[in-house]
Amino acid sequence: MEFNYEIEGGNFSHAGTASSEVKKLLKQLNVNPALIKRIVVALYEAEVNVVAHAYEGVMNVVFDNNAIVVKIADKGPGIPDINLAMQEGFSTASPAVREMGFGAGMGLPNIKKNCDELKIESEVNKGTTVTMITHLN
Amino acid sequence: MTAEDVIKLTEAVQVCTGNQSHNEIKYAVAADLMSDILTVNTDELLLITGMANLQVIRTAEMSDISTVLFVRGKNITEEMCELAKENGITLLQSKMSMFNVCGILYKAGLKPVF
Ligand SMILES: Nc1ncnc2c1ncn2[C@@H]1O[C@H](COP(=O)(O)OP(=O)(O)OP(=O)(O)O)[C@@H](O)[C@H]1O
Ligand SMILES: [Mg+2]
Repeated sequence: MEFNYEIEGGNFSHAGTASSEVKKLLKQLNVNPALIKRIVVALYEAEVNVVAHAYEGVMNVVFDNNAIVVKIADKGPGIPDINLAMQEGFSTASPAVREMGFGAGMGLPNIKKNCDELKIESEVNKGTTVTMITHLN
Repeated sequence: MTAEDVIKLTEAVQVCTGNQSHNEIKYAVAADLMSDILTVNTDELLLITGMANLQVIRTAEMSDISTVLFVRGKNITEEMCELAKENGITLLQSKMSMFNVCGILYKAGLKPVF
């Protein structure tokens, strides 16, 4: 099965709608609740990163009985130093983003913790693609 | 304890009723940073926060948190209520400060998550 959801950069009132749809889907499929939580927390962090740091993006979700593969590709400023961005506490979030309760520099480390495989590809001034794979059993 | 007990102890009002308002609450986390909340992996958890926006409700949804207590009488919007209802999340509002609410609930037996 495959699904695609659009993510709007800068629009915090919609941030999380894509992750919320995936959560509903996984519930319908009777995936274990603890596993659902792990998956959607990672998705939500990555979705908010597009809203907070990029211009627009697409969440592509593919799953079968064994795994869920989510690819979030955005058009945006990109990440110049991925190793640095992965460090806890590193953040370039704007004051407006911080006012919303984000910008602690905890998102990427938390994504890594909550999925089985994480791949980040990025090109400065083009965009970022975050791929998260979680095994379902 | 339950949401009912939290209401009594912190002189809170229930602004929005989720479908799990009788659920047992054993732990609490107090935070205004969404990413902080998203690192917590505990069930039967109360979220205490001074941040009032739609993302708090989204964060609770993703983290399977069924009760949120807003301190300092922070305004809970219609939109927040709707999203909370959709997800069965109970929203409480207390005029007390974060420090006061935490002290009272800690004394009453709610446990920290770490
Ligand atoms: N999609 C993206 N496009 C551009 N930069 C990004 C993207 N995702 C992350 N970054 C960069 O990596 C940094 C670290 O991201 P991370 O999610 O860990 O923290 P944050 O978003 O700043 O804060 P938090 O997630 O705790 O709210 C960001 O501040 C930003 O500089
Ligand atoms: Mg982030």
